[in-house]
Amino acid sequence: MSKAAELAALIANVNKGSSLANKNFIINGNMTVAQRATSFSFAHDGTISSYTTDRFAGQIWQNTDELDGTFAQVADAPSGTGLTHSLKWTTGTAETAVASDESLWVEQKIEAQNVRELCYGTADAKPVTLSFWVKSSITGTFNSSLYQADGNRVITNTYSISSANTWEYKTLTFAGDTSGTINDDTGEGLRPYWNIFAGDDYTTTDRTSWGSYSSATWAYGHTQNAHATTSGATFFLTGVQLEVGEKATEFEHESFETTLRKCQRYYEKSYDHDTALAAVTDTGTLYGPGATGNLTTGLLGTTQTYTTSKRASATLVIYDPAGNSGKCLRDNFGVASSANQAIATAYGGTKGFLVYSSGTYNAQTIVYHFTADAEL
Amino acid sequence: MNITSAQHQKFMDEDTGILKVTIDGIEMQVPKDPANRHYAEIMKQVKEGTLTIKDAD
Repeated sequence: MSKAAELAALIANVNKGSSLANKNFIINGNMTVAQRATSFSFAHDGTISSYTTDRFAGQIWQNTDELDGTFAQVADAPSGTGLTHSLKWTTGTAETAVASDESLWVEQKIEAQNVRELCYGTADAKPVTLSFWVKSSITGTFNSSLYQADGNRVITNTYSISSANTWEYKTLTFAGDTSGTINDDTGEGLRPYWNIFAGDDYTTTDRTSWGSYSSATWAYGHTQNAHATTSGATFFLTGVQLEVGEKATEFEHESFETTLRKCQRYYEKSYDHDTALAAVTDTGTLYGPGATGNLTTGLLGTTQTYTTSKRASATLVIYDPAGNSGKCLRDNFGVASSANQAIATAYGGTKGFLVYSSGTYNAQTIVYHFTADAEL
Repeated sequence: MNITSAQHQKFMDEDTGILKVTIDGIEMQVPKDPANRHYAEIMKQVKEGTLTIKDAD
């Protein structure tokens, strides 16, 4: 896009209510933050729903017979954009055929209070434009749409991938929903999603204008299902931006730290970013208070504060430095220690929690890692 | 989300507001917050009669 065209698009969007900064409702649209892992195995008889790169989830729906595959964060992105990573689906075992009730998609659930400015349910409801880069080993017509949870409404759109294994830039504009509902709360407000394949049950009812959700509206217009039936088929996504207005503007880059902090409202770990969950490591381990000589076989505990306040009270997993979940290490400073000791938490809120061990090993303190999940 | 056990927890004889839950083979501490997606799924399964929350030890 030329500078003049970019400026014109920005002005057009500002006139529709957009901002010049913080314009992207999507978090981690450049796929750089991947706290959970960098590869995620999906299978018809195993994991069918999971977060992948932070804030993005993959969903197999729902009765696939043979399908398995992998979502992964990869260092592959369109050149000249400043993007460095993408989220990649690779089909492993393929379906022999796509049944009518089978589908696979990627989604991001946006917190409701963050999209209240769209004024849904009023005459002032604002349009939004979704832009993204996509690369696929299979060309064809794909569905990408918006789901509105509070109103249980949907609006669908499609785009065409014309060249295999080539990065292509797509923009889709969606009208404001004058009859919609987005609550002023921390629940789900708006959900952009990208269908990779979708059986006939999900493609038959036209919902190219906002209306009530039914399964038949979910992927209206989607026609390409070969990712389900082609082992080794790939689908890449990055540079995702959802902004107010009818024009797509250049992807809003931000520092890794800024993106990470945004992600941590929904998921946080005590491990270093590039360290796997349950890794055997002392790096970054957290210690409760303790003092040499104050040994006890009884209760040891501390309060743990999050780096970022959570959307809701978080689900916690506590690990000892040996990688055992639901356990801690009880430590007698510089003398001895014992991993795999009992651990529990209490009074968890959006800012932190109490963690304690009632294990029997004679120690002065507890040592642990944690993950905190407050995703939508 | 394969939930195989759930149990109330007490600390100093008070309910901690946390369930100890095993999900996909991993022991998790799930707050009794309807906005928490794991708690919402637990309560859905309890309502459907496929999961029972044990009393605290």
